[in-house]
Amino acid sequence: MPLQARRTGDAGPGTRSRRRWGAALLVLAPFALSGCSLSTFGAYPGATKTGHTTTQLWQGFTIGAIAVGGITLALIIYAALRYRVKTHEPGTAPRQTQYHLPMEITYTVIPIIIVFVLFAFTVVVENAVTALPAVSKDNTIGVQAYQWGWRFSYPGFTIATQTTNDAKPLEMPEGENVRIVLTSADVVHGFYIRAFNFSRYALPGVINQFTFNAQQTGTFFGQCTQLCGLYHSLMWFEVKVVTPTAYVEWLAVQKAQAAKLSASAAGQVVQQETSAGIPIRPDYGGGTN
Amino acid sequence: MTDFAVGLAGVETIEHDVEHDAEHVHEHLEPTGILKWLTSTDHKVIGMSYTITSLVMFVIGGFLAELIRIQLTSPNATFVSFAEYNQLFTMHGSLMIYLFVGPFAFGGLANIIVPLQIGAPDMAFPRLNALSYWLYLSGAITMLLGFVVAGGAADFGWVGYAPLSNAIYSPGAGADLWIAALLLTGFSAIFTGVNLCATIFYLRAPGMTMFRMPIFTWNMLATGILILLAFPVLTAGLIMLYCDRHFGTHIFTVQGGGVPVLWQHIFWFWGHPEVYILALPFFGVVTEVISVFSKKPVFGYKGMVFATITIAALSLGVWAHHMFTTGVVLLPFFSIMSLLIAVPTGIKIFNWIGTMWGGHVRFTAAMLFAIGFLITFLIGGLTGIYLASPPLDFFTHDTYFVVAHFHSVVLALVMGGMAGLYYWGPKITGYLLDERLGKIQFWTFFIGANLMVMPQYELGLLGMPRRVASYIQDPEWATLNRWATAGAVLMGISTIFFLVNVVYSWKRYPAGDNPWDAQTLEWFTTSPPPHHNYYALPPIRSERPTWDYHHPDAKSLAHGDHTPRVEVHDEVPV
Repeated sequence: MPLQARRTGDAGPGTRSRRRWGAALLVLAPFALSGCSLSTFGAYPGATKTGHTTTQLWQGFTIGAIAVGGITLALIIYAALRYRVKTHEPGTAPRQTQYHLPMEITYTVIPIIIVFVLFAFTVVVENAVTALPAVSKDNTIGVQAYQWGWRFSYPGFTIATQTTNDAKPLEMPEGENVRIVLTSADVVHGFYIRAFNFSRYALPGVINQFTFNAQQTGTFFGQCTQLCGLYHSLMWFEVKVVTPTAYVEWLAVQKAQAAKLSASAAGQVVQQETSAGIPIRPDYGGGTN
Repeated sequence: MTDFAVGLAGVETIEHDVEHDAEHVHEHLEPTGILKWLTSTDHKVIGMSYTITSLVMFVIGGFLAELIRIQLTSPNATFVSFAEYNQLFTMHGSLMIYLFVGPFAFGGLANIIVPLQIGAPDMAFPRLNALSYWLYLSGAITMLLGFVVAGGAADFGWVGYAPLSNAIYSPGAGADLWIAALLLTGFSAIFTGVNLCATIFYLRAPGMTMFRMPIFTWNMLATGILILLAFPVLTAGLIMLYCDRHFGTHIFTVQGGGVPVLWQHIFWFWGHPEVYILALPFFGVVTEVISVFSKKPVFGYKGMVFATITIAALSLGVWAHHMFTTGVVLLPFFSIMSLLIAVPTGIKIFNWIGTMWGGHVRFTAAMLFAIGFLITFLIGGLTGIYLASPPLDFFTHDTYFVVAHFHSVVLALVMGGMAGLYYWGPKITGYLLDERLGKIQFWTFFIGANLMVMPQYELGLLGMPRRVASYIQDPEWATLNRWATAGAVLMGISTIFFLVNVVYSWKRYPAGDNPWDAQTLEWFTTSPPPHHNYYALPPIRSERPTWDYHHPDAKSLAHGDHTPRVEVHDEVPV
């Protein structure tokens, strides 16, 4: 389910952004094109701010790879076919040429330049993706992975998914920075949201933090990517991006429910909302529940 | 010295002096038949044992891969259970990486070819060499025994990430057998590394200076050094893992104050050099094959040597690019180190093109496999550059994109290995393989390999994680998965063609000493070589003494050099 639309983000119209656009065009010429019609080359367009930046980096790398790979492939095939001899004559030999220093320097220096250009773009995007801006308490969500499900902790309550078919989404507000604090209860898991172009290990003994700024509302699919045992294949979750007001309301409802439950008995929070985002089947080829 | 005299006669087949050979064998009291295979310390016999055993592992590992691909033809197949599936991909990866590609390269090809290429009578430590093989065979059997114990074989992936691989999460005996198998094959590899380095440094023939060694030998020297630097780390890590499982230590568990991610550091500190331990030998094979079947010297011989050394050096500083998504490694350092490996690798690719350029390119089966290697490796190399960039790794890590990337690379290496078998097989057995069957084998393998990986790249971008037995949540991925399965089946058919070829060509086409008009020293001796390899050596005055011997008028010309070098010819009898 590739996401077709992309919001233009906060690039303002008119003079304010003209200078920034000029600089961006100079530095990020291939990347800047992506806003118009450039293909994402099979990747998701990225539903978060940094996810979209990652897609642009992907596009830049792909253009480079097509250019370099195309030239090299053409040279391989040309050399093989152009100099092919169909019958082997033992007595003959071509000129035994070897070494061409100018050419050898060229094919050493050009890749070095390409590598450093790629590295420069990488560092810029990497710094944006791994940045940890301050966020409000409500926008800090704890995620704990366990065999085989996820616990999402909000201020005042926790939601737990189980291996298979209960859709208890990780809710977050649109257009706001959200801090995820990721841990593992047992083995190494991978927290991966494909539409966000991002994954991070849930490592036992390590607290991993990162930021999402979702740019569109909707339901997205998340899954464990690091082999974690028997039901690794079924360790899914959903991400639900809602408007900030809806998020605040949802938080309040959940908090009240949690308070009521803990007042009556220590029990699990029952998450009322359901989602039609993923098809739910009863039989999982040997899975329980 | 009749063989010597015949050897001087030229490129044509020499009559094999059976009587002399038999006498020679008798002289060394070398047993024959099964006793030869069990007791020999001859590098050629041990190398053949290694080659055959590793090819058996390749066939078993490939069979497991076909089972994996059958399971993935539908979103929720019940062909195997989840538990069985986890064993299948763990054992597929373990067999291919630990028991096939590496041992085939440094235990099989290098064991046989390196002493021949440098004019040595055997490896430096023949008994250690035999020990290597028997340790390897024991390790291989130990690993396969996992399938018959209660609870089945190891099922935590070939990387065995802690704490999933500890006694709580993987209590079965299969996991212990896996560890024991890796310890045995690890020591086997270390001993082979010692042997390769010692042989190359100390047993070169008179005139065989370092910069006259064939590129394959150079690459095996770099491989040997990498083995010595990397394998002891894995071995130590496995002992720690075993202690965690059975002796109550807490090296990789949080509960006792241990650090689970330490396993990943140790594993990949071995694991990334290992990638080049696997790749460098086949870079060497392809270099030799392209040079011989273009009838030209290696284009930038010294550039190739320095590229090999650079790759080996850089490979020791890139291990954490497997750990970008752990959040506990310094991203820019490992990113630039990984990206930089593209430079020497690029130098190699341009050298291979430069070697073909202006040559007489013969499309033999070996050469086709070498060109197939070039194209497939180019694709795998380019996608590797993406993975060296942390933001791009974040969303492709542990998806089928990574699976496709390293299968592009390792399937290219398999093509390099096949090129080596078609090229050097005649030297070892004395008989050529059938070219027609070889070409069918090549095309089915080349098309199959790329048909398998291309859909996998796209599946990875769509978000399919690796090591999943079911993708019920995304049934539309079935089409791409079926294409990938078709590719895997095609490669299975290709392997059948290979086995048929071995049987069909058995003692059918006598090869002669130098069937390819090759260049390096090993083609100067008989096929198969006598017990201690050489009755006589040609003068070694360049990196291709056999070529110089047979083509005294076709010397190498550097750019701008139009006059043939003047050489003195004299014979150096052993």
